[in-house]
Order: sequence, then C-alpha cells, then structure tokens
Amino acid sequence: MREMGVTREKHISPMKLGLPVRKRTLNILFYLLCSIIAIIMFLPFYWSLLTSFKPDEEMFSMPIKWVTTNLTFEHYLNAFTTVPFSLYFWNSFVLAASGVLLNLFFGSLSGYAFAKLNFKMNQPFFRLLLVSMMVPGIVTMIPSVYVLRHIPLMGGNDLFGSGGYGLMNSFWGIILPGASGTFAVFFMRQFFLTLPKDMMEMARIEGCGEFKIFWRIYLPLTKPALATLGIFTFQAGWNSFLWPMIVLNDPAKATIQMGLQAFSYNYQTDYGPMMAGALVAILPILVLFLLLQRYFIQGIAFSGIKG
Amino acid sequence: MASINKLERHQARMGYLFITPTMLLFAVFMVIPVVMALYLSFTNYDVLSTNDWVGLENYRRLIGDTLLWQTFVNVLFYAVVFVPFNILISLLLAMLLNKSKGGVKLFRTFYYLPTLTSAVAAATVWIWMLHPEYGLINGMLSYVGIAGPAWVSQTETAMISIILMTLWQSVGSNMIIYLAGLQGVPDYLYESARLDGASRFACFRYITWPQLRPTTFLVSILAIIGALQLFDQAFVLTQGGPANVTKTPVYLIYQQGFNQLQMGYASAQAFVLAMAILIFSLISMKLTKAEEPIV
Repeated sequence: MREMGVTREKHISPMKLGLPVRKRTLNILFYLLCSIIAIIMFLPFYWSLLTSFKPDEEMFSMPIKWVTTNLTFEHYLNAFTTVPFSLYFWNSFVLAASGVLLNLFFGSLSGYAFAKLNFKMNQPFFRLLLVSMMVPGIVTMIPSVYVLRHIPLMGGNDLFGSGGYGLMNSFWGIILPGASGTFAVFFMRQFFLTLPKDMMEMARIEGCGEFKIFWRIYLPLTKPALATLGIFTFQAGWNSFLWPMIVLNDPAKATIQMGLQAFSYNYQTDYGPMMAGALVAILPILVLFLLLQRYFIQGIAFSGIKG
Repeated sequence: MASINKLERHQARMGYLFITPTMLLFAVFMVIPVVMALYLSFTNYDVLSTNDWVGLENYRRLIGDTLLWQTFVNVLFYAVVFVPFNILISLLLAMLLNKSKGGVKLFRTFYYLPTLTSAVAAATVWIWMLHPEYGLINGMLSYVGIAGPAWVSQTETAMISIILMTLWQSVGSNMIIYLAGLQGVPDYLYESARLDGASRFACFRYITWPQLRPTTFLVSILAIIGALQLFDQAFVLTQGGPANVTKTPVYLIYQQGFNQLQMGYASAQAFVLAMAILIFSLISMKLTKAEEPIV
C-alpha cells in the first residue's frame, strides 16, 4: 500500500508540540473519524457478504442481525444453478482478456509508431485519434450496430454485407470495436515518448528490423505502462454492460453483468443469490486491485490529470 | 544520401504498417459510424423495412418530445445534487488523508474500494440496501426512530437513491484526484500565512480552495459528463421509474433505438445529447490543456 502515498509532511504548528495531551486527543479523533468513514464505505460490501451467507429467515427480520451464526452456502449454490453463472463468468473473462491482449498489442504498436517513427501522416492521424476521444459513445452506438450487421462475409453475410447477422450476437462484435482503443494508443505513445531514441539508432546500425526493434528493445521497457493499461482495460471490459447487452442476444453468450442484471430483474426477491452473484461479479477486480494496487493508482493519476 | 533516403522511406513504410490495424478499426468503428449517425438522424431507418430520407422531420419531432426533455431535466437534477456533494465529500476525504501518518494509506485503499465495483453489481447491492422493510439504510434509520421511505419506488427518492449509490461509487477516485491536487499546492503559501497568523479556516478559504480550483472544475465537469451518460445505474436500480423520474437520455435513446427500433429518430436524439456532452468535453480539454500540453 506504499504506492498510495502521494502525501507530503504537513507543517506541525509549534503550539501543538508543546501540548502532547491535546495532540494525542487529536490523533485519536483522527483515527476515529477515519475508521467511521471506512466502516461506512465498507458497509455495502459487508451487507452483501452477510446477506449472501445468511439463511432467508434471518434476512427478512428486523432489527438487523449484524452477524450470523448459521452460515450457509445455499445462496451461492442457488445463484450458480438457477442461471449459468459460471458460463457468464467465463464469457466475461474471455471478452475482457481478449480486450486486454489486443489493446496492449495494437495500442503499443501504434503508440510506438506515433512516438518514434517519422512518417508524413504521423501528426494528422494522431490528432484525428485525439479528437475522436471526445465523441461520446452514444453517437456511434446505433450506427455501430448497423456496421456490425453488415460486415461482409461474416455471420451469413454475402460479399456486400447483407443476408445475415454479420458480427451481431458474436463475441467479435464486442472485441473488434474495442480492440485498439484510442486511449490505449495515446497512453502508450506518451510512455514511448519518454524513452530515448539512441537505442533505436544503434539497433538499426546493427541491421535490426523495425518490428524487432519495437518488439525486442522498446516493448520490454514499457512493462509498467502495459500493466497499468492492462488493468484498466480489463476493468472496463469486465464492468461494461450496455454494449454487450445490445450485441449479444443469445443467453448462452451473456456476460456476467448481463446475467446479474437479468437475475435481479427476474428473481426480484431472491436477495441471497442476488448478493452472491453481485459479489462474484465484483471479486475478480477486487483481487486484481489488491495484487496490483500501484498500477491502479498510477492509472487514475494519469487519466485524472490528463482528462 | 540515397541510402539515408531509402532508410527513411523504409521507416515511414513501417510506421504506416504499424498503425494500420488501429486506423482500420478506427475507420470502421468510428469514422463510418459517426458519418452514418448524422445520416441516420435524417432518415426513418427502423432496421426492418424503411430507410427513407425525411429531412429535418426527426429534429422537428424531438423539439416537441416532452419525454426527451424530461430525461434532460432528470439528469440536470442528478447533476445539481451530485456535483456539490461529490466535491464536498471527495475534498474532505482528501484533506483528511493528506497526511503522512501510519495507516493513512490503508484508509485510502478502503475509501477507494467502492470505485472498483461495476455499476450493475453496485446497483444490485443497493437494491437490497434500500429495501423499504429489510434494507440496511431503513434498518439503521429505524434505530433513530425514522421510518425510511420506499427509496427506489417513490418518485421523490428514486433519483436520490441513484445519487447515493453513485456517490458511494465515485468519491474514492475523486479523492485520489484531489490528493494529487493538494500535492501541487506549494508549502510556502501555508508557511507565510501561518506566520501572518492566519487561522486554519482562513488557510483553506484563501489558499487551498483557490489553488484547487482547476481540480474542482475538472472533477465537476467529469461528473457532469458522467451524468449526461448515466445509464447502468438507472437501468438496474430503478428501471427508469417510477413515472420516468429516473429515465436518462441514454436510457431513452436505448429504448427508442433497440426496443422500438426507431433508429433514425434515436440517432437524432443521440446527436442532441452528444452536443451537450461535447460542450463539457471541450471545456475540460481547454482546462487540462492550459495546465499541461499533451500534443
């Protein structure tokens, strides 16, 4: 948790140094306040965790039972047998993971080209990408469906893109539009810009090919940036909801967010399984965060400061 | 000379090759859709049968579309309540934790945890939190003798429910942005103010707050853009109801386009929304550019 440290020592007024009792009281107050807020922030997690392990009769009782002695796994079993939750989990994982792999590859490949290679359209193309970051997703949502439906030779389409469903109702309809996100390109370009150019020139003199220079020399140096970008892409892919809901109609292809939404809509009073499902949907990102915390924080600082 | 030229040409060729996948996907899934969105907004495209040019008909229709304007009023209400609370809470959290004491980092981590949840999962949890009889919120209110409302199913509190949930989800990351902002306030300002005998409140009023103005502006603009694009929470927590008080523009466009298949008209609505979002994006870009040029 060292990495969350973005603080700096604040001035301690001489008044307080002379008054250890007052300082101690202030300290206790500080920790008390922080803990109360932490409890408030954590309550929804605790509440859903508690509910997911509580038997039904304890759930529907007032006043609230803050602890339960009759732990039960029945809700988890229920959630996983009423709907194919493990399949949804897998689908989401496949989509999020392929999003990560493709974005890391294409993002760094073109980020590298924009940062390090000279070609005439370098600046204009990059500017175009930047401008497109301001186009809200809602504008392209409807026409993107049209485009996906009419991709030639896919999903029963003929050469001119008609006759079938194209990439609708297919994982490709989610993977391809997001395969080389503008943010990924921009993010990687910024990182490549900080790397020196002389390694490249040396390698060229040695007769190294351009792709090999990128792949063998520069890419390995960007591991921290790749980690940050990978985590963010995974989180975005895992948590995305609207676009997968539009593209995927087949229940067997549903993502975990879609499955969870459908579950809470169709089984409105089954709070136990609902909470179990919600926790299962949250868990992978939580684990990822606790393992790779510092990359998360770097990412927020970047996206927060640069818009 | 000739060989240098050749090398440069080779480099340029490789450059184009490297960006080809990105630019190809960009053309297919960004350029074509944007152009098509504009075109579709002048047609009555409905996927199945019609795709005729109707001129400005869609735009004329949306001027009189009371439901569309209601969705804008809904997100306006959301933004008016959400933005100040968002600033207040995230700034207070950041100031509280802008210290180097033991445990501070652990607290930051705790406050950040809710931002990791997906809107769907968070909303699912909050449906149960806000349950009128057995929910946590009303259960706790009953300790102090208050009979809580029916939250998501009451017109007065439905949007408040979404705001509560989204605040819980977003103050953590805004706290991090504010922490970064607080780092940027030079120490000597406080030191000289203290020498002049300024109180803690005066320090905040005349140093911290003005120094953080760009951060506050950025946080607010991002929240407004988020408000205009609100969908997941409204879809899962309240299904747009009751009586459309939590229906958002994106929600309406989604229904118009994908349930009623009026894609031409929905495109026109999307364009109006996009213009609203664009205004705020431009402001935020101006702001960040002023601080640090990115190109």
